[in-house]
Amino acid sequence: MSIKKIHKVQPETFVFSDKSIKAANKIVSNYPNGKQQSAVMALLYIAQRQNDNWIPLQAMKYIAKFLDMPYIKVYEVATFYSMYNLSPVGKYFFQVCTTTPCMLRGAYDLVKVCKNKISEKENVLSEDGKISWMEVECLGACVNAPMMQVNEDYYEDLNDKKLEEIIETIYQNKTPKPGSYTKRINAEPVNNRKTLIGNKNA
Amino acid sequence: MLKDEDRIFQNLYNDSGADIGAAKLRNDWNGTKEILDKGREWIINEVKSSELRGRGGAGFPTGLKWSFAPKEVGSRPHYLVINADESEPGTCKDRDILRFEPHKLLEGCLIASYAVNAHKCYIYIRGEYFNEGQKLQTAIDEAYKNNLIGKNALNSGWDLDIYIHYGAGAYICGEETALLESLEGKKGQPRLKPPFPALIGLYGCPTIINNVETVAAVPTILRRGAKWFSSLGRPKNTGTKIYCISGNVNNPCNVEEEMGIPLKELIETHAGGVVGGWDNLKAVIPGGSSMPMLPKEICDNMKMDFDACVENKTGLGTAGIVVINNDQDIIKCMARIARFYKHESCGQCTPCREGSGWMWRMLERMAAGEATPDEVDMLFDVTKQIEGHTICAFGEGSSWPVQGLIRHFKDEILERNKFDPVVKKSKNIPYLVDQHLLEKENA
Repeated sequence: MSIKKIHKVQPETFVFSDKSIKAANKIVSNYPNGKQQSAVMALLYIAQRQNDNWIPLQAMKYIAKFLDMPYIKVYEVATFYSMYNLSPVGKYFFQVCTTTPCMLRGAYDLVKVCKNKISEKENVLSEDGKISWMEVECLGACVNAPMMQVNEDYYEDLNDKKLEEIIETIYQNKTPKPGSYTKRINAEPVNNRKTLIGNKNA
Repeated sequence: MLKDEDRIFQNLYNDSGADIGAAKLRNDWNGTKEILDKGREWIINEVKSSELRGRGGAGFPTGLKWSFAPKEVGSRPHYLVINADESEPGTCKDRDILRFEPHKLLEGCLIASYAVNAHKCYIYIRGEYFNEGQKLQTAIDEAYKNNLIGKNALNSGWDLDIYIHYGAGAYICGEETALLESLEGKKGQPRLKPPFPALIGLYGCPTIINNVETVAAVPTILRRGAKWFSSLGRPKNTGTKIYCISGNVNNPCNVEEEMGIPLKELIETHAGGVVGGWDNLKAVIPGGSSMPMLPKEICDNMKMDFDACVENKTGLGTAGIVVINNDQDIIKCMARIARFYKHESCGQCTPCREGSGWMWRMLERMAAGEATPDEVDMLFDVTKQIEGHTICAFGEGSSWPVQGLIRHFKDEILERNKFDPVVKKSKNIPYLVDQHLLEKENA
C-alpha cells in the first residue's frame, strides 16, 4: 500500500470552473441514473487538472457534494489510487519507472540523473520550481524500457544522456518531444523486424 | 514462424494508421452485420469451438464465460466490461491494441455485447494510458458517426453504448472484481467470489469481463472461422498471442506469434537473442511478474502456451516475457518485484498486506547478503502462508515468483547469506542484555 500525505497548506475554497462543470456533467451522464458515484474518479482528475496538477481537500468536499456522496468516500478514493497528487508537484512531473523490466535496462541510471539534475529527494521541486520527480511502479511500456512519464506523455528507450538532454530542454523553456528515443517505430524490434514486412513497405 | 496473413493484429506497429478508413482496409467491420444475424447461439458456439482462452492472464475459455451470462434479460440490465487496466510488469500488449487497432476492439465489443445481451459497455483503461485512451475515444466517435455502434448499430436492431472509464494507477484494479468496485467509484478492493460477476457484477447486475486482446481477436476468428483459429497451436492452446519480450535481449519488442512457439525460437528470432548470447541466459519470467521464473535448463526446450507452462510449474499469464541474463543480480531482481507487490497490495487481507512487506524486506536483506541460511526456508514458509489465504489471486501473484526463485536459485541465495546470528563472544553491544552471560561458561 502506498502512503500518501496530505499537503499542509490547503486553499480555503475550491469550485469547479464552468469548463470543468461541463466536463463533469458529461461524465456523470455516462453512468446509469443514481449511480453517479462512478464518476468520482474522473471528477478527481478534472479537479486535479484545474488545480495545477494536485487535489486539495476542499476539492474532495466539493466533489462529494457534487455527486451527493459522503466526503469520506471521496477521501478514500483519493488516497487509495496513486495517480492523485495530494500535494503540489512540478509543472513537469517526471515519473520514472523502476520496476524489474526497466531496472534490467538501467532505470536506476535515470534515477541518478534525476537526483543530480532535479532534486536530491523525490517529490521535491527543482530549484526553478518547474520539475519534480518520483519513482513509480510499472507503467506498462516494458519493451520500450527504460522509460518515464512526464505529465501525460511517455518518453521511451532512454538512457542517462538522453534524459539529461530532456531536462536541459525543459530548463530552456521548451517541451521535449515524447515517444521513443531510439530509431524505432513504437514497439517493433530495432533493425530486426521479421514480421508484417509487407505492411511496412506498403 | 507464423505467416503474416495469419496474424490478427496487422497494425501492431502502426504502419498504416488507426483511423476508420485504414481499419476498413484491414477488413475491420467487414461483414459484422452478417455475423450478428447468425445469432447469439452461433457466435458463442463458434467462439467455444475456436477454443479461444482469455488473454488476460488466467486463460479461462472465453466462449464458456459468455455462456454464463443469463440467456434472457431479467429486471437487471447486462453489462460488458473490457479490462484494459494492463499493469503487470513485463506486459504492454493492450497498449498497442488501444492505440493502433481500436476498431478491432470496438467491433469485438459489439459482437460480445450482442452475445451476452449487454447494451452498455465500459472500457476500463489504466490512468497512465491517457493518450491511448484519447485515441480510443477518437475511434469511438468515428464508430458512432458511421452508425457502427450506438442506436440500432449497423441496422442490426441492437443498441450499444461504449464508454471509457479511466483508472488511477492501481495494479489491483486489473483483478475483475476490484475493477468493478473501481467502476462503481470505490476503492479497488476485490470482492469475494462467488457470486461471480456473470450473475452479480457491476451495480449488482450480470457482467461479463474480458481482456482487450481476447475481445479484439473475436471478430477475426468469426470472420475466418473457428477452424482456422484452432488449426494454429495445439488443442486447448489454440490461436495466436501477442508476446512482449523485454529485459536483457538485443531487440525488445512486441510480436504476435502462434501459441506454443518454443521460447528459445521466440527470443532468438524476434528479439535478437539474449544480450551476450543464449549461454549468458540466467532466467526467464515467462508470463508477467506474477509467474515463477525459470532457469536456463528449462528455457532451452520450453514451449510457450498455457499447458506447457503449467507443466513447468509456471504460467503463461499475459505472455510478458522478461529475460534476465548473467550480468544481473537475480535476487535483487526478485526483491524489486517483491517491492512492486508490497506497493500494490490493496490492504484488504492481512496475509497479503503484511506478507508482501515481509517478503520484500527479507529479499532485500538476502540480496545484500545479510540474512541467515535459515531465513530462506522461513521465506518459503511465508509465501505458503500468503498463497491461498487471500480474497483474490494477488496473494498467489505475489508469492509464486518468490517460490520460483527459491525453487531454482536456492543454492545461490545460501551461498551469499552466511550470517550467523548467534553472538559467541562478548562484543559490547549495548542493547544485547544477556551479554554478561557469555563470559560465564556455566551460566
